[in-house]
Amino acid sequence: MEAAVHEVTKLLRLAELLQCTATINAYNNSCYLLVGSTVSLFPFRFSIQQCFPAMSLYELKCSTENISMEHRTYFTIKFPDSRFSQQELPACKPILSPGWVVSIFITIGIVFIPIGFAALFASERVVELQFKYDQDCVPPKYKNDMVAYIQSNKTDKTCMRKMPAVSSKMKAPIYVYYQIDHYFQNHRRYVKSRNDKQLRGDENNTADCAPERYAKNGQPIVPCGLIAWSLFNDTYKFSVQNKSIAVSKKDITWKSDREKKFSSKVYPKNFQEGGLIGGAKLNSSIPLSEQEDLIVWMRTAALPSFRKLYGRIEEDLEAHDQITIELQNNYNTYSFKGSKSIIISTASWIGGKNDLMGIAYLTIGGMSLFLAICFILMYVLKPRPLGDTSYLSWNRNASGVNLRF
Amino acid sequence: MPREGKRTILFSKLYSFACWRVKFEDVHADIGTRGYSRVVYCNEPDNSEAMQLRYRGNYVSTTKYSAANFIPKSLFEQFRRVANIYFLVVACVSFSPLAPFKAVSVLVPLLVVIGATMVKEAIEDWRRRKQDVEANNRKVKVYGRNNTFIETRWKKLRVGDIVKVHKNEYFPADLFLLSSSYEDGVCYVETMNLDGETNLKLKRALEVTSLLNDENSLERFRAMMKCEDPNENLYSFVGTLDYNGGKYPLSLQQMLLRDSKLKNTEHVYGVVVFTGHDTKVMQNATDPPSKRSKIEMKMDKIIFILFSILFVIALAGSFFFGVYTKKDDSGGKITRWYLRPGPKDSVVYYDPKRPALAALLHFLTALMLYGYLIPISLYVSIEMVKVLQSIFINRDQDMYYEETDRPARARTSNLNEELGQIDMILSDKTGTLTCNSMEFIKCSIAGTGYGHGMTEVEMALANRREGVPENGHIASDVAERSIGDADGSRKLIKGFNFSDERIMNGHWVNEPHSDTIQKFLRVLAICHTALPVVNKQTGEISYEAESPDEAAFVIAARELGFEFFERTQTSISLHELDYKTGEKVDREYELLQILEFNSSRKRMSVIVRSPENRLFLLCKGADSAIFERLAKDGRQFEVQTKGHIHKYAEAGLRTLVVAYRELGVEEYKVWEQMFLKAKASLTEDRDALIDELADKIERELILLGVTAVEDKLQKGVPECISKLALAGIKIWVLTGDKMETAVNIGYACSLLRQDMKRIVISLDSPDINALEKQGDKGAIQKACLASIRKQIGEGSSQIDEARKGSSSAKAFGLIIDGKSLEYSLKKDLEMSFFELAINCASVICCRSTPKQKALVTRLVKNKTGKITLAIGDGANDVGMLQEADIGVGISGVEGMQAVMASDFSIAQFRFLERLLLVHGHWCYRRISMMICYFFYKNITFGFTLFWFEAHNSFSGLPAYNDWYMSCYNVFFTSLPVIALGVFDQDVSARLCLKYPSLYLEGVENILFSWIRIIGWMFNGLLSSIIIFFFTTNSMIPQPFRRDGQVTDYEVLGVTMYTCVVWVVNCQMAISINYFTWIQHLFIWGSIAFWYIFLVVYGSISPIRSTTAYQVFVEECAPSPLYWLVTLLVVICTLLPYFSYRAFQTRFKPMRHDVIQQKRLLSHNDDQIDASGELPVRVRGKLQHLRQRLRERES
Repeated sequence: MEAAVHEVTKLLRLAELLQCTATINAYNNSCYLLVGSTVSLFPFRFSIQQCFPAMSLYELKCSTENISMEHRTYFTIKFPDSRFSQQELPACKPILSPGWVVSIFITIGIVFIPIGFAALFASERVVELQFKYDQDCVPPKYKNDMVAYIQSNKTDKTCMRKMPAVSSKMKAPIYVYYQIDHYFQNHRRYVKSRNDKQLRGDENNTADCAPERYAKNGQPIVPCGLIAWSLFNDTYKFSVQNKSIAVSKKDITWKSDREKKFSSKVYPKNFQEGGLIGGAKLNSSIPLSEQEDLIVWMRTAALPSFRKLYGRIEEDLEAHDQITIELQNNYNTYSFKGSKSIIISTASWIGGKNDLMGIAYLTIGGMSLFLAICFILMYVLKPRPLGDTSYLSWNRNASGVNLRF
Repeated sequence: MPREGKRTILFSKLYSFACWRVKFEDVHADIGTRGYSRVVYCNEPDNSEAMQLRYRGNYVSTTKYSAANFIPKSLFEQFRRVANIYFLVVACVSFSPLAPFKAVSVLVPLLVVIGATMVKEAIEDWRRRKQDVEANNRKVKVYGRNNTFIETRWKKLRVGDIVKVHKNEYFPADLFLLSSSYEDGVCYVETMNLDGETNLKLKRALEVTSLLNDENSLERFRAMMKCEDPNENLYSFVGTLDYNGGKYPLSLQQMLLRDSKLKNTEHVYGVVVFTGHDTKVMQNATDPPSKRSKIEMKMDKIIFILFSILFVIALAGSFFFGVYTKKDDSGGKITRWYLRPGPKDSVVYYDPKRPALAALLHFLTALMLYGYLIPISLYVSIEMVKVLQSIFINRDQDMYYEETDRPARARTSNLNEELGQIDMILSDKTGTLTCNSMEFIKCSIAGTGYGHGMTEVEMALANRREGVPENGHIASDVAERSIGDADGSRKLIKGFNFSDERIMNGHWVNEPHSDTIQKFLRVLAICHTALPVVNKQTGEISYEAESPDEAAFVIAARELGFEFFERTQTSISLHELDYKTGEKVDREYELLQILEFNSSRKRMSVIVRSPENRLFLLCKGADSAIFERLAKDGRQFEVQTKGHIHKYAEAGLRTLVVAYRELGVEEYKVWEQMFLKAKASLTEDRDALIDELADKIERELILLGVTAVEDKLQKGVPECISKLALAGIKIWVLTGDKMETAVNIGYACSLLRQDMKRIVISLDSPDINALEKQGDKGAIQKACLASIRKQIGEGSSQIDEARKGSSSAKAFGLIIDGKSLEYSLKKDLEMSFFELAINCASVICCRSTPKQKALVTRLVKNKTGKITLAIGDGANDVGMLQEADIGVGISGVEGMQAVMASDFSIAQFRFLERLLLVHGHWCYRRISMMICYFFYKNITFGFTLFWFEAHNSFSGLPAYNDWYMSCYNVFFTSLPVIALGVFDQDVSARLCLKYPSLYLEGVENILFSWIRIIGWMFNGLLSSIIIFFFTTNSMIPQPFRRDGQVTDYEVLGVTMYTCVVWVVNCQMAISINYFTWIQHLFIWGSIAFWYIFLVVYGSISPIRSTTAYQVFVEECAPSPLYWLVTLLVVICTLLPYFSYRAFQTRFKPMRHDVIQQKRLLSHNDDQIDASGELPVRVRGKLQHLRQRLRERES
């Protein structure tokens, strides 16, 4: 501090002798002497901010009246207009230094690999049984014309099949899904063909629902639109060793759907009474908010292969249990070459069986570690000090020019 | 017109070239015909015939819009941009069922963007309007019905009104001068606002009206004036006045133009001729050429590419949609029965029987859907960013010049980033590199040199000759000088830096040639056109002169004892020191003629009659002009004087030779007759005739001496120039000065360096001079061309040799004079000259005219295709400033003309360093990063839509809720990118200045090269792929929650959108280098805002929020998988870019990477070899001073 003041005093005298203005810039601890037309830099070996905190720029003007040592020196202290307007706000300026790079890579690795293992582990614990039945449940004589089979009213659609044995114990709740592939529930025409206002209570509003708006009698269809019309109508019954297993169909929908999107005062009307019959019929004595199959169906799927929740089995299944399904194969996926499966699965915190998540985490984590090693190796094999200006050839030129002056 | 009366003759003598009368022939015959039909009834504006003419009022409006047309006109301006038209069409079509989303969600962002731009336009126009209102409401005195002058507002003036304008007031309209406070009806006018010239111009009333100089005499004044229609020619006026039965021709001499100012005259009376928009200045008001930056032009190309991508993917989508739709029809049955084709009124057209129509309609839908590839907010963001950048430039304290209280001004905000790409600077010298405050520093009288002062150039030269002094003993001499100056506490006089005790304080009388010295000083005191201004309080005299040189001479004469104190129309009075008696006496010289200065004559003379009734011709001029006119016995000191001239020129001084001649009475009379006749003549060669006559009398001169005036270098110019040179910027100086002066200034400002090889192209060779004496024009031209060609060839071969390494010289400096330049710019030599010039590190063109300056600028700009910056301060630089890509005006002493024509204005040349190296570099970096990032983020977003569409059989269903999409560009991603554009800095200002080579990134256009742009686009594409495929494959089809719920359309949309928002904002975070709280707020705020938006939007009624209802709170947030996917996707998407950057900064760093690393290494980075940067000269000086200090202390 004292040294600093001394230095400033000396500088002032110098400035006075030169009859010049000295500008001290505390940001870079430098001082400019303005001599005649030359601006020259005068380096400081101490931090000015140490001795005069809160000030950043001084202008020391020297009186020219008196050259003797009892000069009157006056200081004009100019505070910077604002650090903001000078674009000198305090800032963090991250740089990709080797240390940072390596530690970021390693951190990613360290975080990702355990997550990956955890996810894989969770996925491993999920027990999932899948059974594709669309081909299987068509009687052999109809194999050549499955569409005719499914569209006919007269054929027997019942189909009894045995599921693969339960691999390990499945704890309740066990979820039953049906999966349809190659079914474009996300086709724009399909998605738009519904009327949310109607579902919420405005029964006669069937805008956007064409061609499934009005029944033959001219009455509005409730629920209208292609989505509701094409409601999935295969049904399943499960039994283990002739003991049937109850499938609960309650609470398989989102609460918000039941409460806000589907009214409890609206009942199905004129449903499936248009020219063509699409899918399932609805019990017109149950309000829409309790038609959970419909609600599940009307949450359209994102991709053409999708699962939808069919119900919940509330009892445990033991390992090696052989489940028999009695299913009604009603839904037409044959005309567009889709497929249908039934899935029985438990769920963990990660959801269903999902190995990809774990594998992806492990891969990314591993890759990061690999990159870290690469970086370290390259750093060791090809060392170059940071900020090496050797190839900035102008650096030499710069001093050269100054010397010449 | 015959001249009558004594007074007239006298005036004509004084105002040599000015007072000549136009006769009725020539142009005046046109009066009354087409183009010359204006009729003005003077002093009777209420005359019924005058009323019928319905001339415009004096109301002036420079605004672009009016209240009524603002909306349509500004909308029209907005929709001139292709991108905006596209969005307008999309908005219109979005009302049809074709739209993939709701119309409002398209309309709102468009309205926001258009609205923001319109608000900006409105504010700008409001400012113009305020200026107009101020001008329209200024007060002026108008002659009213009750024969007195009443104050009215400018806007109420009508054609034919008589107004009275006082000293230092602006003329409210174009006036016809009736009379002035001078009885001969003259007045002085300053036309700085019109042509930038600061010298006073003389206007003169018609003789018949000059007596109408009080209110009473005006009462009876009625006249009719016929004149030309409003036009933009400032330098001509044609008209006639019908007054008292006579017809009088009018010329520009009687016109006082709006926006010029009355000077040195108490008041004038004038008749309003042109009002408002009819005035010459308003007719001249054309918009300066609008300049667009190269980056913006490239951006247009990129937008075009994006449009192409948009069309291609829309077409591809439609094609597949058509194919899929067609496939649905299998023998009359619909395969995808659930899509059930039906009546026309269904929302989405779907008919497998007509797949082509379905595809066509889908194409329109797709065009709207993929509109997200085109960043709607790009233009408005860039405009906002540029305005903010300009504010930073304007408020930069380091570019604020206290002495004149002038900050830097970005007059257009279009070109900010161009400042970072300057390849070449074309600079004016006087007033730009130098202060343009002339100081009389030396003179040589009768062969003796006077003046001890040392010029900056001399100091530089001294150092150059001595080589590099290690201990700084040369520098100590310099220091000695400054201390010596300080000791002699002399009063500082502006324009006078002369010290020599031999002739100061009247000591000159003791010098050997004191009579010559007396004559010399007399010439300085008499031979000029300056006007004395006496300060009434102090009695001090200051001078108003046409040029600072002239002022310097008059001041020098005053300081040396010949004080010019009064000028009347016919005489010049001096306080003189009589060298015989040594007393001060007043002497009055009768002024007979002034032979004015012009650039072809290069000299000026006055003819005066001394009190002793002797006639003298006093002359000062360029050495070339004077030496050839010397009399045989006038060459007594020629050799010494020439030596001094050479020395002075080397020292960077401007020299003028002073000579005189005594005239015989008879001789003069004969000559005067001829001269007056010549002046009164109206033939085309009048000027030539006058020159010839002047030439006749300006002969047989007797040499007195030489004056030397220093034009000081501005503060910090050499340092600035060497910094700019290090930044790879080539600097050309275009000056009107002599070659020696220019070269020496070149050395002084380190434009030329010792190690540079000089290539001089000049026509100043003996053969050509000899040819010129013969006067054969054809032969001269041929010889000149041949000579230039040869010199250019020689220069080129020198450079070639240096390239091959056979010559030691590394850098070249080209020096060319104006005459050679003229030949070099001819078609066949242009190319070779140009090639030579761009291979030289610096180029100095001396003796160049304003037109040549502009031509050179154009040549350089067109030939290199690189970005040029022109810097200048005077009206003669305007052409150059407008021609260059960027014009920078120095707001100095020479009026505002250059500033008005410039794109940026600064107060001092040295601020250019900060303007380019700091602001230019930053702006370039910011804008190019910003544009790249804009495309990145929109491609990332747009392509996720495309991938999703590919999975819904190209039916055009967007992956996200409508409002998510419309908020994307406006809320979730716009603020960080604006913060990037306004605040980001790769390295601090100080480091930018310290490492000028950083600037090369802009010159080489590294940050906005096609590779980089395409790299960013590719990064966007990659990001979209990673986002889409990871999200879908990890969440579909299995359940994503513990309660067994599966991912549906709504959840997938939210998850993907979350990933996009995170990815683009984090990408921003890892690509910027500068985090203040603003960046943190905007980047993390944008992400946080997305979640807030989800919650708020998800909680409003499902009728409004549709698929977004409760989706986050109820479905996504409780699912760990949702968060895991977000983390995975974000890291995975950023990893490629991050790794690339990590390896690239380490193993193949760019310039700014190296500097950043350097900063990191030295924690107190400010001390990096600062001492090494101290110029040796200053170091020596400091050393010396420290020593002195020690001595004093001890």
